[in-house]
Amino acid sequence: MRELLRTFVQRLAALFRRQQLEDDLDEELHSHLEMAVELNVRKGMSASDARHEALRSFGGVEQTKEMCRDQRGLPMIETAWQDLRFGFRILRRSPGFSLLVILCLTLGIGANAAVFSWIEGVLFRPYPAVVHQEQLFALTGTALGEADLTSWPDLLDLQTSCTLVDSFIVTKIMRTALSIGDRAEVTTGSIVSANYFDAIGVHPILGRGFETSEDSGRNAHPVTVISYQLWEERFKGDPQIVGKMQRLNGVMHTIVGVAPEGFYGTFVGWAMQFWVPASMEENFEAGGYKLEDRGARWIEAYVRLKPGVTLSQAQQEISAVAKRLENEYPATNRGRGITLWPLWQTPFNNARTLLPTLEIMLAVVVFVLLIACANVGNLLLVRSFARRHEMTIRLAIGAGRGRLLKQLFTEGLILSAFGAAGGLLVAQWCRHALVLLFPARGGVTMHLPGEIDWRVLALSAAVCLFTTLLLGLVPAMQTGKIDLAGALKSDSAGVVGGGGRAWVRSGLVVVQVSLSFVLLVGAGLLLQSLQKIRNSSPGFSTHGVLFTVVDLRSGGYDAPGAQSFQEELLERVKAKPGVESAVFARMTPLSYGSFSETPIAVDGYQPPPEERPTVQYNEVGPDYCATMGIPLVSGREFTRADDERAALVAVVNETMAAQYWRGKSPIGERVLVKGRWMQVVGVAKDSKYQSVREAPKPFFYVPRRQNFSIDGGLYVRTPLSPDTIATALRREVHALDPDLALYEVIPLQEQLDRSTSPQNVAVILVGVLGGLALLLTVIGLYGVMSYTVSQSRRELGLRMALGAGASKLLRLVLSRGLALTAGGVLLGGAAALGLTRLLGNLLYNVSPRDPLAFGSALVVMTVAALAACFLPAWRATRTDPARDLRD
Amino acid sequence: MPFSKSEVLQGTLDLLVLKTLDSMGPMHGFGIALRIQQVSEDLLQLNQGTLYPALQRLEQRGWIASKWGVSENNRKAKYYSLTRAGRRQLVEEAESWDRMAAMINRVLRTT
Repeated sequence: MRELLRTFVQRLAALFRRQQLEDDLDEELHSHLEMAVELNVRKGMSASDARHEALRSFGGVEQTKEMCRDQRGLPMIETAWQDLRFGFRILRRSPGFSLLVILCLTLGIGANAAVFSWIEGVLFRPYPAVVHQEQLFALTGTALGEADLTSWPDLLDLQTSCTLVDSFIVTKIMRTALSIGDRAEVTTGSIVSANYFDAIGVHPILGRGFETSEDSGRNAHPVTVISYQLWEERFKGDPQIVGKMQRLNGVMHTIVGVAPEGFYGTFVGWAMQFWVPASMEENFEAGGYKLEDRGARWIEAYVRLKPGVTLSQAQQEISAVAKRLENEYPATNRGRGITLWPLWQTPFNNARTLLPTLEIMLAVVVFVLLIACANVGNLLLVRSFARRHEMTIRLAIGAGRGRLLKQLFTEGLILSAFGAAGGLLVAQWCRHALVLLFPARGGVTMHLPGEIDWRVLALSAAVCLFTTLLLGLVPAMQTGKIDLAGALKSDSAGVVGGGGRAWVRSGLVVVQVSLSFVLLVGAGLLLQSLQKIRNSSPGFSTHGVLFTVVDLRSGGYDAPGAQSFQEELLERVKAKPGVESAVFARMTPLSYGSFSETPIAVDGYQPPPEERPTVQYNEVGPDYCATMGIPLVSGREFTRADDERAALVAVVNETMAAQYWRGKSPIGERVLVKGRWMQVVGVAKDSKYQSVREAPKPFFYVPRRQNFSIDGGLYVRTPLSPDTIATALRREVHALDPDLALYEVIPLQEQLDRSTSPQNVAVILVGVLGGLALLLTVIGLYGVMSYTVSQSRRELGLRMALGAGASKLLRLVLSRGLALTAGGVLLGGAAALGLTRLLGNLLYNVSPRDPLAFGSALVVMTVAALAACFLPAWRATRTDPARDLRD
Repeated sequence: MPFSKSEVLQGTLDLLVLKTLDSMGPMHGFGIALRIQQVSEDLLQLNQGTLYPALQRLEQRGWIASKWGVSENNRKAKYYSLTRAGRRQLVEEAESWDRMAAMINRVLRTT
């Protein structure tokens, strides 16, 4: 073994002193021969006989040298080096070709690398600053198979019972207005358990994280850790920041620490700016103090498993505990489980919304890569025809076919390596592109970076090698066909009318067309879904209604104060000219937050034994339905008279009426909500509550004054523009309280658009890449057609000489191009019929076989093909028979 | 045929070179070639050229070392000498050669 290693090192060293070793060998052999000659002369031979004899007994001098050389260095490396240098020379000699190939590959590999980096950065390694993410899993409750949030007491029980889990980490995203100096801004932060920073292995660069005691005691620990970004931008990197006070949601907090740079919290999509301990939950969350309420589910949790523990082991243990909790606390836990999820399937952040899009993108970029490869393959083919002569000569002077193949693959490798390098640059530029596709929301920092780590690099390298193989294959096939005897035969020209030898190139074009056809169909389907979503009525007016939030909680208001402030503001707003109506409601439809939810009982409705009817509701002011444009089916909606002193009332939606009163009118009937009986006074039409894509579900409204909470959005029905209203509103708000911050004022349409942004992102991405694919295909088609025309000049000239007119030649070439396209479209159409189902729930109200999408893809493809073929066809009509036939 | 001709030759040649250097001390390539021819009484008809790849191989493995020197006739020549590792290797190879030869002898006798 030692000798082998030694030999290898010596051989390696020999690569670098080749000249000296060569001289040494020359001299040594020379001296050997001279000594032999001398000896022979001394034996009595003549000078020439002596030399002759010496050479004879030595054997071949050159062979000996060659044997020594082979054994001295590392021949494989040396020939590889030769191939590499030769390859570079060849590629430099035709820079146009090389650049075009590298450009195609850069686009193909770059699209792949960019999507890999997004998948890595969004799904697999979303929290770069967090240690050992492979042991980190998301935890949610489940109800009826749907992921739900979890409650604090449940988590505490899990914590004491589970032995396989290293730590349970509680997080909850929330928003607050942050006023520092004279600037107020909406900021995202997290409520976290005290073990948060220790459990994820993030150590504050200043001050400390949270201490265990800070988990308990209602509102007892107003402390916060702020992000590096916040510290830098808003506190100017103040080194004395620890110990200073900052008002958060109306309560003064002590800043106890600053998180390190590059740590953005643990929520895919948003950059967290501050963290507060769980004991401060009530201050930041609507719905009261929840740390002792097992029924209050508000927590987004992660677990860190102990080293070596697998997901399924931990899940088993946790499910057992969940089962026990179900039995111990049937009132709150019956029918509920607890589930662990790999980070990339995390149900409560943007990982879930982006997962289907990124999955599709993975397929799309492979298509783009294949199309790019087909293009490059075509270019290489053209060149391999041009290089036939060179190859033939090299074969003739004794190069083995293996050696030629190695040379061709080396050239392919050089090209794809450049492509890969370019591709990584593209990926680097695209790292932050994903976030740009999401609409901006009122100053909150979205954060969706791609991550280029060794796994992305390795995958890109694999793509590069795969490409190399494809690239090498094409000319290799061609080289295999070279026969020495045919070396001097001239190329017979290709024939426009017939297939002939060009079938490989035509085949590649057909594949390209079919791949881009599939992408076009996909893009068409997604675009149509987006339009359907955008055009589908959410059940409320999206135009003419503006929405904003006045942050009373961070202004330090208590409930009575907030109530009178809101009444006062409403009066002032309604008095504005142009304002038709205005109302406060707790939850905004189609927003990230969650509606209140309650188990209900209905007079005369006996639920099946396994069913525990639970319904969501919203707390709204008078004239809510009128303001939002939700039609009433029967009865009335709330008025100012439905206040604290009046009888409790509710308005239900149609689905709820149908489900619990079965066709009878619910008006005048009673429903039990959180232990209080309410009388149904009206039925409203269904609308969308949490997502545009949800199925109709039971829902009801209760009067805000009978169920008051400080939080709430303000809705204004007006034909005026958001800017006009914003100015007026700001003036009124400041008149009432100069310290209050007003959130952005947006039309409800904007709210709707934001809720459909995942569809939007999918459309944009598939659209861009589909366009890229189409462009590459057009280039490919153009290349093949113009090559065919240039190779068929003689035939075209002949046809012209025999009387074919320009228009006939035009038709001939165009029809050939269209025939290729038609083949591709047929193939692609068949593939698309099978593949578009994969778009799955990105499609909304559109069949995966929608004829409109297929039809428009066909039209686009045909137009593109005509465009690609037109120039070559036109050139064919310019054939000069006299010249071409003579050549 | 269990061994290819070159394999047998290569192994044997290595052993002969090592043995020659062991008994004669540092020598140049031509000297080694002459010596092997003499000792084998010209039974071993080797192309002298094949000696050089063998010398190179042995040197790569660290069994012999080389140094430029001057021959008895005042000619510049490369002298090879046995290293300590080479001496060990020679002992080992000679032993295994003996064992092999003894075994073959036994086999030939018993039949």
